[in-house]
Amino acid sequence: MMQTAEMLKVFARHRGNAIVIPGRGGKHWIGMSDKPNRDLPMGDPAMGGHAMFGLGVALARPQDRVILFDSEGDLQMSMGVLATIADQAPKNFYHFLLDNECYATTGGQPVPNAKNVQYDEIARASGYQRTYAFTSLEEFTGAIGDIMSQAGPVFVAMKVMPEISNEAIGRRPRWQTRSRTQVIDDLQKELGVAT
Amino acid sequence: MAQSQEGFLSPQTVLAELKKNAVTHVLWLPDSETNWLYTLMKAESSLTLVPVSREGLAFSGAAGVHAGGGKPVILIQNTGMLESGDSLRGWGLSLNVPVVMIVGYRGYTRHGVNTDTVADYTEPFLMAFGIKYFLVERDSDADRISIAFEESRKTRRPVAVLVGDEYHGFN
Repeated sequence: MMQTAEMLKVFARHRGNAIVIPGRGGKHWIGMSDKPNRDLPMGDPAMGGHAMFGLGVALARPQDRVILFDSEGDLQMSMGVLATIADQAPKNFYHFLLDNECYATTGGQPVPNAKNVQYDEIARASGYQRTYAFTSLEEFTGAIGDIMSQAGPVFVAMKVMPEISNEAIGRRPRWQTRSRTQVIDDLQKELGVAT
Repeated sequence: MAQSQEGFLSPQTVLAELKKNAVTHVLWLPDSETNWLYTLMKAESSLTLVPVSREGLAFSGAAGVHAGGGKPVILIQNTGMLESGDSLRGWGLSLNVPVVMIVGYRGYTRHGVNTDTVADYTEPFLMAFGIKYFLVERDSDADRISIAFEESRKTRRPVAVLVGDEYHGFN
């Protein structure tokens, strides 16, 4: 397993001008992103929707690369989204999965069949042409350049260390510096597509 | 499609409304009422059709399209809308996403008794979420679709169009 923050540091060198949806990695990404107005740290509007949100951005912005850091609990809620993404086959979409094998924000309870689900194989069977799975930072570091040099859609499953929280949600420190609506407004201004 | 469209809602009319309102992406899960509309939409180059496997995904997808500067529309049945409650809240209402959802009003009838309990819960569901809605039953109601788009744009909220012609609408 790798630390999410360390993995994101490696990824950041390959980001380029991409739009990044950091998902559960948001609290780390916010301190290392050099293009915050091209980030969409959405927090958790409603679990199970992140991959489809990322696809929506990618379809609306075919001229930009869109990077999503999904999580396995979120994906398990909506596994059918993999078929939709493969069906649309957006060349600009890079789908990374942070698999910590648990619901970290509710105390670390395991997701169903936590240690045995092969998400990269599910993605491939759903129609993704390129899929990867990494358990160590070293392997990931060696491959990320090649992954980002090719067209999407690509699926990258990564085993990450759980960062478990047992604090009541209301008592947790907020890492977000902008509201979700502000985040979207800022991206639209950055892209010149204010609606 | 040879007979007059006056008495019911034609798929051509719905498509014309989507084009008139500059829709770019249709997030949808088909139901028994939408096959003709599907055929027409597929042939329309200005629209990208995005099929989903569960209706709640249409809301997060629409939020993404909106964030990227596109103009989404959601096309689902009332059964799926009920299933999508938290996605509507989280990815629609709380993100101020201006999106029209065109909802097949399964089980609804203007005459007599509703034929499916989902029709009984449809409008109370929309009212519970504070979603404005417009009933469309025939071609002469079609301007209400544009009114829904304008309402959505103005309020930056999801707005519903209920298609209350289960047995003729779109087919």
